[in-house]
Amino acid sequence: MSAVLSVRDLSIDYRTRRGPVRAVSDVSFELEKGETLAIIGESGSGKTTLAVSFIRLSPRSAVVRSGEILYTKGGLTTDIRKLDDDDLREFRWSECAMVFQAALNSFNPVISIWDQFLDTAQAHGMKDAKAVRGRADDLLELVHLDPKRVLRAYPHELSGGMRQRVLIAMSLLLDPQILILDEPTTALDILTQRAILDLLREIRQNLGFAMIFISHDLSIAAELADRMITMYAGRIVEKASVSDLFYRPRHPYSVGLLRAVPRVSGALGAIESIPGAPPDLIRLPPGCAYVPRCPFAVEACRAAVPPLVAVDTPNHDAACIRWQDVAAAVGNAERPVAVKLA
Amino acid sequence: MSKLIELDAVTRTFRTPFGEVTAVDRVSLGFDAAEVLCIVGESGCGKTTTGRLLAGLIRPSNGTLRYKGTDVWLKKGADLREFRKAVQLVHQDPYASLNPTRTVAQTLMAPLLHHKRVRGGRAATAAATELLERVGLAPARDFLEKYPHQLSGGQRQRVSIARALSVEPRVIVADEAVSMVDVSIRISLLNLLLSLRREFGVTIVLITHDLAVARYFGRDGRIAVMYLGRVVELGPSEQLVVDPAHPYAEALIAAIPEADPTTTRTKERIVLRSADVPSLLELPPGCTFHPRCPRFEAGLCDVVRPELVAIPGDREVACHIAVRERTGKQAALAT
Repeated sequence: MSAVLSVRDLSIDYRTRRGPVRAVSDVSFELEKGETLAIIGESGSGKTTLAVSFIRLSPRSAVVRSGEILYTKGGLTTDIRKLDDDDLREFRWSECAMVFQAALNSFNPVISIWDQFLDTAQAHGMKDAKAVRGRADDLLELVHLDPKRVLRAYPHELSGGMRQRVLIAMSLLLDPQILILDEPTTALDILTQRAILDLLREIRQNLGFAMIFISHDLSIAAELADRMITMYAGRIVEKASVSDLFYRPRHPYSVGLLRAVPRVSGALGAIESIPGAPPDLIRLPPGCAYVPRCPFAVEACRAAVPPLVAVDTPNHDAACIRWQDVAAAVGNAERPVAVKLA
Repeated sequence: MSKLIELDAVTRTFRTPFGEVTAVDRVSLGFDAAEVLCIVGESGCGKTTTGRLLAGLIRPSNGTLRYKGTDVWLKKGADLREFRKAVQLVHQDPYASLNPTRTVAQTLMAPLLHHKRVRGGRAATAAATELLERVGLAPARDFLEKYPHQLSGGQRQRVSIARALSVEPRVIVADEAVSMVDVSIRISLLNLLLSLRREFGVTIVLITHDLAVARYFGRDGRIAVMYLGRVVELGPSEQLVVDPAHPYAEALIAAIPEADPTTTRTKERIVLRSADVPSLLELPPGCTFHPRCPRFEAGLCDVVRPELVAIPGDREVACHIAVRERTGKQAALAT
């Protein structure tokens, strides 16, 4: 087995005046070398809290209640939670880099792109400016930008798509094993988004890093992911390969999300919203948190939080005691759920 | 028959420190009662400006906005008040469009009292209650005394819709009204807007960057695709999405990632000649899409500006090549 990142029983709270917000509860998963994992869920599902905890960038009000985040390289495994400041700085960017949603906010607005590259490199011990320049040129060409033009520019002089490309190039500066992307294309126009998606696929194939991306947009996951995790109210409710999740979902929330997104090709199918709203994470209902919105819910669902269990297809887990009924409704055909349910 | 509301060759320019920008360029769109139209395009295409022009919030630099056949910008007094009530805008960001210091009840009662739809506090509260229930916020007493920050994004957007409804509008212009709410509840908001059309015959103009949303929302309406201030294609939604005529619409649809791994990974790509969107300050001559268009013909597309021309299927397209192919007629030649 060659997991580069292994998360075990991770629970994270935010301290608030009203009491602890259970943002992430009992999350466990592994990220294999070179794999692309998509974490999907709506706002408040805990996906961003989870992702920033991997590089320990959580806000001060966040408390890790339990769990481990294990990183493995060259046979050595370390718990990210136990790294001291120097090792943590070493880990961030050189082992695990993150690209945030709002590309403009990720830059220092008053220095040129070249200075941003140089700053980052020097902070991580690359002192030779010439070598940094060579690396920056290579990376910018990799993301289809002209280094001569871009390195001289200031962040505000670049378009949204160019900024996102520069960030991706910078994140790869120290050759990380893991790249985390938070809503990588949300604010971009369609044609720019397409270019970034194709680019991410291409550079991942060439460089072989593992990728985690967080999105509420199922179509991006359909484009890039090998495996997927659905989160609801801080918990993983389903873990599956991308084709199982899209064509053979076994958790009612995954089914609900899939039915909520219209498409432009093929039949529209039975498009429908999920009724209600996500629960208050301070006062979670007993048992399964999805019960108030779930068409499959029965009395037993309220009794206990359902554990993730293996379902009928391989390497596929769902946290639903009625997954067999979901399976009966959705079936196994390689067709979108909304079309099958029409 | 004259249209309920109509933009007739409307142009709107803005002055900027770098020069004059034409945000909307000779756009003509007419709407019947109870019609649904989605305006689709990328950022900077002029869709929001078009919405604001329709709502009478900004004055056309050229051309005419007509409501029930008369020029809105010449209306006065009661006539103008009627227009102001008849056309309502629902904004993109419900966090910004509701006054944070007012309760839901205050927000809804203000227009009711201002337009004298009701008299007295008790009648206003009753009317506000009815509005909330109409937009699916029931029981209303749970919401009346809440402030915007106590509501979720979806609930806020429902309050915005309720406020728009308070004056019994004939036209609702919804500008990216669902793009900031979670995917799981988008469809229910779209369905709410559609039900207003069904029940009260309201005309709905949905402005969105999301063609899949436009396809769903406009199932029995039309879609207008805008590019750099111009409408480049207009037609019944399903036909336009399945068989786009304009190369730009075709490229957009081919580029959209879809929530279906097999489809989205095998979709045929359309390679554009350039990825750069021209600046509105220096629009290319002829067809503004020609520097990027894979079907570009020198001497025609870079010289003659294509106008919207009818093609079979009750559709219109502003493209020399598409018109030539779909009507069999010779397109206008370069002079």
